Amino acid sequence: MNATVDIPRFVRAKQVEALPPPNLARGPIAWIRENLFSGPFNTILTLAVFYLLYVSVPPLVKFLFIDAVWTGTDRAACRADAGGSESGACWAFIRDKINYFVYGSYTISERWRVNIFFALLALGVVWLLWLKAPRRDLGAVYFFWVFPVAAYILLTGGNADFGGRFWLGFAIFGALLIALFAFVAAVLKTSMRPALLVGGGIVAVIGITLALVDFDFGLAHVPTSLWGGILVTLLVATVGIVVSLPFGIVLALGRRSKLPLVRLASVVFIEFVRGVPLITVLIMANTMLPLFLPGDMTVDRLLRPLIGTALFASAYMAEVVRGGLQAMPKGQYEGAMSLGLNYPQMMSLIILPQALRIVIPGIVNTFIGLFKDTSLVAIVGIFDLVKTIEASRIDPNWAAPTIGITGYAFAALFYFIFCFGMSRYSLGVERRLAAGQKR
Amino acid sequence: MQTIASQTSPPKKSFLYDPKVRGIFYQVVLVAAIVFLFYVAATNAIENLQRAKIASGFGFLSNTAGFDISQTLVQFSAAGGSYGDAFLVGLLNTLIVSAIGIVFTTILGFLIGIARLSRNWMVAKVAMVYVEVLRNIPLLVQLLFWYIAVLGALPQPRNSLEMGAGFYLNSRGLFMARPIYASDAWVLIAVLAVGLVGTFVYRRWARKQQEQTGRQYPVGKVTLALVLGLPVLTWVLLALAGANPVSFELPRKGTFNLTGGMQILPEFVALLLGLVTYTAAFIAEVVRAGILAVSKGQTEAASSLGLTPGQTLRLVVIPQAMRVIIPPLTSQYLNLTKNSSLAVAIGYPDLVQVFMGTVLNQTGQAIEVVVITMGVYLTISLVTSFVMNIYNRRVAIVER
Amino acid sequence: MKKALVSIAFGLTASLFATGASAQATLASVKQKGFLTCGSNTGLAGFGQPDAQGNWTGLDVDLCRAIAAAIFDDPTKVRFIPLAAKDRFTALQSGEVDVLSRNSTMTMSRDTQLGLDFPAINYYDGQGFMVRKKLGVSSAKELNGASICTQQGTTTELNLADYFRANNMKYEVVAFATSDETFKAYDAGRCDAFTTDASGLYSERLRASAPDDHIVLPEIISKEPLGPAVRHGDNQWGDIVRWTHMAMLNAEELGVTKANVEQMKNSDNPEIKRLLGTEGKFGEATGLTNDWAVRIIKHVGNYGEVFEKNVGEGSRLKIKRGQNALWTKGGLQYGIPVR
Repeated sequence: MNATVDIPRFVRAKQVEALPPPNLARGPIAWIRENLFSGPFNTILTLAVFYLLYVSVPPLVKFLFIDAVWTGTDRAACRADAGGSESGACWAFIRDKINYFVYGSYTISERWRVNIFFALLALGVVWLLWLKAPRRDLGAVYFFWVFPVAAYILLTGGNADFGGRFWLGFAIFGALLIALFAFVAAVLKTSMRPALLVGGGIVAVIGITLALVDFDFGLAHVPTSLWGGILVTLLVATVGIVVSLPFGIVLALGRRSKLPLVRLASVVFIEFVRGVPLITVLIMANTMLPLFLPGDMTVDRLLRPLIGTALFASAYMAEVVRGGLQAMPKGQYEGAMSLGLNYPQMMSLIILPQALRIVIPGIVNTFIGLFKDTSLVAIVGIFDLVKTIEASRIDPNWAAPTIGITGYAFAALFYFIFCFGMSRYSLGVERRLAAGQKR
Repeated sequence: MQTIASQTSPPKKSFLYDPKVRGIFYQVVLVAAIVFLFYVAATNAIENLQRAKIASGFGFLSNTAGFDISQTLVQFSAAGGSYGDAFLVGLLNTLIVSAIGIVFTTILGFLIGIARLSRNWMVAKVAMVYVEVLRNIPLLVQLLFWYIAVLGALPQPRNSLEMGAGFYLNSRGLFMARPIYASDAWVLIAVLAVGLVGTFVYRRWARKQQEQTGRQYPVGKVTLALVLGLPVLTWVLLALAGANPVSFELPRKGTFNLTGGMQILPEFVALLLGLVTYTAAFIAEVVRAGILAVSKGQTEAASSLGLTPGQTLRLVVIPQAMRVIIPPLTSQYLNLTKNSSLAVAIGYPDLVQVFMGTVLNQTGQAIEVVVITMGVYLTISLVTSFVMNIYNRRVAIVER
Repeated sequence: MKKALVSIAFGLTASLFATGASAQATLASVKQKGFLTCGSNTGLAGFGQPDAQGNWTGLDVDLCRAIAAAIFDDPTKVRFIPLAAKDRFTALQSGEVDVLSRNSTMTMSRDTQLGLDFPAINYYDGQGFMVRKKLGVSSAKELNGASICTQQGTTTELNLADYFRANNMKYEVVAFATSDETFKAYDAGRCDAFTTDASGLYSERLRASAPDDHIVLPEIISKEPLGPAVRHGDNQWGDIVRWTHMAMLNAEELGVTKANVEQMKNSDNPEIKRLLGTEGKFGEATGLTNDWAVRIIKHVGNYGEVFEKNVGEGSRLKIKRGQNALWTKGGLQYGIPVR
């Protein structure tokens, strides 16, 4: 600072006349002026947007609603040369095919089973996602065990008919497993009871699951090649979430593990899967899985993309969960350890409940991505919603110029409702969690 | 000390309780399991391949392909091209659609992201609707839509839309004049190089001048003159002098379609449109988050310095927001590249369509083809992350 | 840790299953399952196509039904697995399907290098072109400079390249992954011509938004003997598939039809007697029963009946018998004698 510089000063000596009050500080007109026409640039922008809306929205509304064909039994309704209208969406086509879009070719007399599946799925989703739902721990058991088993039996018909040899093998396996637990307990000189309980519990859960799948409930078998439409779309998404969450947690823990080889294996898997497009994973599952299995053993055609999407989603889920684990303050880990908890106890009782809670928005966002990605199974020939629409597009009974656009509009609407709903939910949870963090 | 030490000396316990021993045990089990899994898979694969009499190894890459591809950036023909050439063609097609897509989606994404924060209510709302709609509909559905929309909107070749200057548009694509370079075209390239170097030097000089004296020099106009004006002027002069460094092959009407010239496929356009509009919605969110991360004080300080809103955005907010934006932006670029594999649904000959589609089918060598294709995407991902990490380190704030 | 356990468990179960299922003859495993799995087209009218309820119809489908009828005396004991062109051979090799009846071309490399056998040819076909009428094209030779839609990963794609190269013509190929996408693109005006097997052209034309606007060009540019495929090495199973087709051919030749098969059992014609199992033990030699042919004809019909119903005059495709007529009527279908 140079002290010799004379800084010019200005001191007002006279009262300035008050400005007139703003003539419109409130009300819609003021709001419009403030928000839309506050300057020349803004005015031009607003007018440009209005013009854009003018050229896009009215034709869209006209196409989707006003000129749309709502009723009809075949293509005549949507063809100008047959007396129909070609200028609007052909919703009659969707109405005619809606059962195909929902169930695919699922045996008609058995479709009530699919409806129950939808209901069970809705129940599980609400139970898990509604933060105030009672007994959400039971909800997790329901969603990750009871529901998958029930869904499998309902959709395929159960009655897997393993045969005596299989059960003999399982009995030996179960006995060996319990013996292994007992042996470990004996070696470690810990009490025998919990070890036997855990071992017996694992065997019991697997045994009950297999028995249920084996049991003949008198439901007709419906081969997976008949499944299709929204059923398959929801199925792929559900399997994706049911598998990817536990598997993603394991991978995330592996990546944060202190054991170098465990960490390396997790990192390689996660980065590999995240570095390649889903479609290549699906094609790999489709063409290479049969090669890796022994001899005549085959994998169901629907199961292959299910495995592919589940693995794919697991890698992304792992990164979300890892974010949650990293966000946990170190004190939590140290506190848990100072209480004498071992690693599984620390993770399952202290860290994961908190970490998973803060990453619910991330999990839901991953799930939105997974839900959209389910449409890719259409490329490997699975009849999901997109594929059923593609297949119906070339039905000669409905050959009309607007069929394609109408079908895609329907698919877009379906996906939009689900994804938008989920993203709103995730925003809501985020806000609630943020509210808890505010001081 | 000694007494305390003897008191707290660890009780004799089984070595099984040693965390190190346990750690080694777990790792051995994991490695054994992985090795076992790979061993089973590999032996099965070998047995299955032998049973199915499928050849293995990468020798097939030099076999004659025998099929044609619609868009080839390098010379390729059914007669002369090998599977390896087909791979190259597919790879280049993937790269070109990704590269062009990244440029356009960045522009669109930034515009929409900034628009979402606009004080103009209409602009902000329209941008929000755009983001919500595009983000929540699967890209595959959008691509299929764009493909029939593009095909449906375009006229048949016989009624091609003539747009002047050798541009034609029809359902076979966009046709334009193809430049044919004569032997003296190097002059133009040299002049262009001179222009580029000159611009670079001038910009550095201008910046230095501004830092030292505060005077601003017209950077944009000079750049334009040097990069564009200079070559054009040279061209005109050369043409006047009688030489013709560049001539154009115009598309002509053939029996079915226009022949000659350059052609941009409708599949390419549909794929590009789909990728750009879809990814832009995600980039817009990234940009919005980045801008919001810049504290309000920065904007206020910039306004109080007398910068216009445009200048504030360009000189103060965006440079700081870039730190937050770059990492997620990188993953969006990678997503776009990976999503370009959806080309297979609309028949654009990208890597997956050509190599994992046709070549896999013709040769039956699933393992080799899948490994190569995945390797390519993996390499692209890793290299991009690596480069972006370097850039990220450069723009990161240097803290004391 | 959990992951390691899971993988061990997976490996164990995998090896368990493997010992149970491998190294079994196809006929025995089909009988044990109680049904036949048949790899079929994802949807080609007249050859193999499911309706919205999942009921399959078509020439190739009926061959599978005939095999099921021969084994179980019940043509409904078949499960159809729709396969895309690129998945079909892997599905057969891996044992997912017992027989692949999906208009697949028999070629030397497929027969010798892919571990497949083609026991019979149930449709003689060739590759052709379809164009819009208003283009005014009447021969494939006039297609110089045209853009052509084709399905990738098929012999079609290769034949196309060969044909245009041999005739020194230029073309632009637009290849799609499935036949549906290919035809949709052609129908939307993306290409001037659409190429596939001639039978496929007729069947796809039905799906055009205006079928009468399209014509099939007369040139046939390739030989496409289409037939069922089985895994190489199981000769008994190959015999069953071959003789199922032959039984249908011989039945047509001898005039045995779905309607009169029961009366024909009393025929004095020794050829008919041998075919229908009233003389000799030809069926048992293949692992079936002696009335195998009766079962086939009773439930499914002879070749002519099946042809007429699915692709011939009785169907919407209205394909002429042509090369697929019996040898006695100038065609190529030649029933090997049962004796």
